[in-house]
Amino acid sequence: MLYLQALINGILMGGVYGVMALGLSLIFGVLNIINLAHGNLMVIGMYLSYLLFVLLGVDPHLSLFVTVFILFFIGFFIQRFILNPIIGAPEEMSVLITLGLGMIIQNILLMTFGPDYFTVDTSYKLSSLMLMGLSIDVAKIFTFGASLIITAVFFSFLQWTELGRAIRAASNNREAAMLAGINVKKIYCIAFAIGAATVGTAGSCVSTFIPTSQGAGILFTMTSFVVVIIGGVGNYLGALAGGLLIGIVEEFGAVLLSGSMKQVVSFGLLIIILLFRPEGLLGKRSEE
Amino acid sequence: MRNRIYTTIFFLILGILFLGAPLYVGGYVLEILIIALWLGYLGSCWNIIGGYAGQISLGHSTFVGLGAYTSTLLFSHLGATPWIGMFLGAIFAMAIGLFVGFLCFRFRVRGAYFLLITMAMAEIFRLCFEHIDFFGATVGLFIPTIKGPTAPLIFQFQQKWPFYLIILVMTAAILLITFLMERSKIGFYLKAIKGDEDAARCLGVSATRYKLLAMALSSFFIAFGGTFYAQYRMYIRPDLVMGIHFSVEIVLAPIIGGMGTLFGPILGAFLMVPLEELSWLLTDFLKHSFRMKGLIGLHLITYGVALILVIRFMPYGILGLLQRLKGPWASNEKFVRS
Repeated sequence: MLYLQALINGILMGGVYGVMALGLSLIFGVLNIINLAHGNLMVIGMYLSYLLFVLLGVDPHLSLFVTVFILFFIGFFIQRFILNPIIGAPEEMSVLITLGLGMIIQNILLMTFGPDYFTVDTSYKLSSLMLMGLSIDVAKIFTFGASLIITAVFFSFLQWTELGRAIRAASNNREAAMLAGINVKKIYCIAFAIGAATVGTAGSCVSTFIPTSQGAGILFTMTSFVVVIIGGVGNYLGALAGGLLIGIVEEFGAVLLSGSMKQVVSFGLLIIILLFRPEGLLGKRSEE
Repeated sequence: MRNRIYTTIFFLILGILFLGAPLYVGGYVLEILIIALWLGYLGSCWNIIGGYAGQISLGHSTFVGLGAYTSTLLFSHLGATPWIGMFLGAIFAMAIGLFVGFLCFRFRVRGAYFLLITMAMAEIFRLCFEHIDFFGATVGLFIPTIKGPTAPLIFQFQQKWPFYLIILVMTAAILLITFLMERSKIGFYLKAIKGDEDAARCLGVSATRYKLLAMALSSFFIAFGGTFYAQYRMYIRPDLVMGIHFSVEIVLAPIIGGMGTLFGPILGAFLMVPLEELSWLLTDFLKHSFRMKGLIGLHLITYGVALILVIRFMPYGILGLLQRLKGPWASNEKFVRS
């Protein structure tokens, strides 16, 4: 029963992990940048939702329509003014830049909000659905539903819009995309912005059941990175599957190990995957 | 020839100025000098693997932490003097460094993935140390103070100047080691590996072996910095000597000064520490005059901004930039980062 409970919780969490990873996977696939500020962008989303809830009483699942816009612009500006100028630099350098960016975001949040944890006390925060002896948090169900919708929107955008096609083209072959008349730099900005917006919505969703604090960013980054690598870079369906997998693994880890060591499991998983299957569990081996 | 004489005279004067510093500067400046030299020392150790071999590691805070914790625990539990403990800590750090290095280099992990693995390692060590009571958990460890004439035997001094001289000697030593390494076969091999690892392998350079050697050297020496910090502050805590933020602090000095240059890390550290002091002063000022709370993260913001600006505008650091301009410093340096 305990394991069935963990399985269900894991699946529900996995939906959010999938959404987090979608953004990172897009950025990684299109720009070939490992964005270490990714989790910090998500934390911005969490704070925005918290603020909107406290000041205006907006439910986080509704305020994600606001966070999506704000993070879109933040992402756009980051790419336009910080990352675009260093296109072509060694990839370690761009990683270091995003790390610096993450530090700046985290500490600005620390300065503004202090080191405290904030919780969004929605009316359904503590209520849970009892189903055949299993208790399922209502907040997590809402979040799972929201993440499914976000994923669907994300997919249809990439698949069926002109802009989505351009982004996929730039991701596949930069030169060819340029020859086809695509303004690659602009596409980069938009891709990063969409990545940031996606992870921002994930932040809004999880703020209903994860306490908001500035220090969580690096862990979110790591989790989404593990998910991306498992699913294979640029493979968005893989990211979703990886999200579910990691969600389940983490919940089982929490059942078997003490809660505080959960992060160690994520980091350990990252090391093992990078060492032994850097192309991902579901990904194909690259030609290199 | 004349160039060499000038260089020698320049370094002699610089050496004398540095050696005599405790005689003519006050406590505050000495403190800044100690921290700057310490960061320069850490940066120089990191420079061996990160700058010369081109393997950007964000895990070096782990080695500093292992050095600090080994000597401190040996002292407080067994009474072993940190002078010996620092060597045990260094050997321990080197073992971990070699282990991680072996795994990474064996499986051909490169570039950003190496950075991520070492970063994850740094966080794993920090989290473990924060959760284990034997290591003082999040409270940290205090080193028992012992006063009296035998204090120097256990690496404890009442004044600042002995610490200053120790870190000065340590920095001079790591610079000498780096200098000798740069001129030797190893230095050229490392540069070849950094430039193009596959090409170096084709020419018969055993890349894995030399990268491991660089990793061993840098993790061994950087651990001394940990013991020094522990004895200087008499207090260590996982988030002070371990974790990703401290790793960034270590990496920042060489990046600002110029990775893969002999004096880059030192120069970077001497620019970084005043910057940090300034941000602390600003924090204090805002706290007292505007009653603002929670400006604790300001120096990390400064570091983040410095990191972004340097990579954006001076990707080769200050010395790298000077070398590219073929200034007077460039005469000794034949190989500039490709």
